[in-house]
Amino acid sequence: MSATTFDAAAAARAWRPPPLIETPWLRYAVYLGALAYALLAIGTIEVNWTRAAEGIERAGRFLSGFFPPDFTSKGDDILEGLLESLTMTVVSTAVGIALSIPVALGASRNLAPLPIYLFCRGIIAVSRTFQEIIIAIVFVAMVGFGPLAGTLTLAFATIGFMAKLIAEDIEDIQASQAEAVRATGGSWFQLLAWGILPQVRPRIIGLSAYRLDINFRESAVLGLVGAGGIGDTLNTSFDRYEFDTAAAVLLVIIAIVLFCEYSSGWIRRKVQ
Amino acid sequence: MAILARPDGTPDWRRRTPRADLLVWGGWFAGVALCVYCFSFISDRTIWPFVWDAPRQGGDLIARMFPPRWSYASQLWKPLWDTINIATIGTALAVLIGVPLAFLAAHNTTPSRLFVRPVVLFIIVASRSINSLIWALILVIILGPGMLAGIMAIALRSVGFIAKLLYEAIEEIDTTQVEAVTATGASRPQVLGWAIVPQIMPAFAGLTVFRWDINIREATVLGLVGAGGIGMQMQASINVLAWPQVTTIFVLILGTVVVSEWLSARVRHAVI
Repeated sequence: MSATTFDAAAAARAWRPPPLIETPWLRYAVYLGALAYALLAIGTIEVNWTRAAEGIERAGRFLSGFFPPDFTSKGDDILEGLLESLTMTVVSTAVGIALSIPVALGASRNLAPLPIYLFCRGIIAVSRTFQEIIIAIVFVAMVGFGPLAGTLTLAFATIGFMAKLIAEDIEDIQASQAEAVRATGGSWFQLLAWGILPQVRPRIIGLSAYRLDINFRESAVLGLVGAGGIGDTLNTSFDRYEFDTAAAVLLVIIAIVLFCEYSSGWIRRKVQ
Repeated sequence: MAILARPDGTPDWRRRTPRADLLVWGGWFAGVALCVYCFSFISDRTIWPFVWDAPRQGGDLIARMFPPRWSYASQLWKPLWDTINIATIGTALAVLIGVPLAFLAAHNTTPSRLFVRPVVLFIIVASRSINSLIWALILVIILGPGMLAGIMAIALRSVGFIAKLLYEAIEEIDTTQVEAVTATGASRPQVLGWAIVPQIMPAFAGLTVFRWDINIREATVLGLVGAGGIGMQMQASINVLAWPQVTTIFVLILGTVVVSEWLSARVRHAVI
């Protein structure tokens, strides 16, 4: 290969991939803004390095808690917390799905008149905006400590999640099938049962399996605010610095989440 | 569809065979029985007089929550800013760690399907199955209370999310483009940069913004376990039963979440 002089004109003509943001001034404004923000934001972090250095010893104790984890000495508490979490998951998912279906019907523009549509969309928005933990705080204040508060929280959160996704699916159905049922003189309920349900059923089953999975994960943290479940056991063991028990609880949670994830993935593949 | 014969020989049209009917009915029966059993388990652990009291308690709570103490908002801007920073820096850190993991996990880019991929997949699952509040709980013990624990908690939880969705996007790319770039004699890094990265950029931008939006919600409650942000003020106000302050915090959270959701929807709409 012969050494050639650098040809500036040719280099300027060379093809380059188009940038993500096309307008140059907007692109540079975004870059500059991001840089300024990063400097500002990182400046606000206050780190107490002496405290963090002390923490290394605790981190070591926490990690050594995993070798081996202690399943036995607080075994009864772990089992109780686990059963609470599982029952909360089952009941809240069932109740949440049962309640989300009417809300989903109301939130589909092709089925519901405008006032009902807005009302149901409002329910969905409220349920989706707040973190489960915040709703749990309110429910604990109302019905007292224990798994019932957690169940109500999860059921409430399930309504927003399921209703939004089912409503989107109902709005996407093939209108001709619903029209065919209407043309035979079917009533509104017959329309639902024969024109709409068959089209959205796979999605409802898939979402239910997915939500069951989410509800279990969430049930593991609701205990932090006293709403029952295995999070309660975990929180207590952290408060007492019993890291080997905490490690056991974490391993149990990971194992169940893995199981839920694979089974819900399997169900979703089966129906879709 | 099943056709049975009536005793007089005329065909009897049914949707399912009697056996399938029985199975469906049995499935529903088992499901309902499980729910009832689980509910009785929860009911045993609930103090029902407190629950019957709930409407009165709820009314009482609302009466105490309103009107919100707006003057308290002046103390909340700094924690709110911290909350946004926790979510943003946490997401940025998660991207830094999650992107390489995604390339190691995707079966078409991983250096070794036998050794690297399973390890990375386990890291992704472990990160995803532990809620950010539990990560925060652990990190507060190790690093001490403050923003740093919150940022790390958000980052550790988001790594799994970003890596999982990104490696799925990498596995779904159009292989003809990869082939075309390979055919020009490009090296492996060049194939990565010119055939794979451009294809996954929109998915990457979309899911990063989506995770940022989720992280804003999660960062609002991390303070409950001492990991910085507006949740610390919420915890302090709840502990002293200052419900008008709690309402102010709820309103601010609601506003932030709505804005971040709108922003993320706009960006996702623009890039996808």
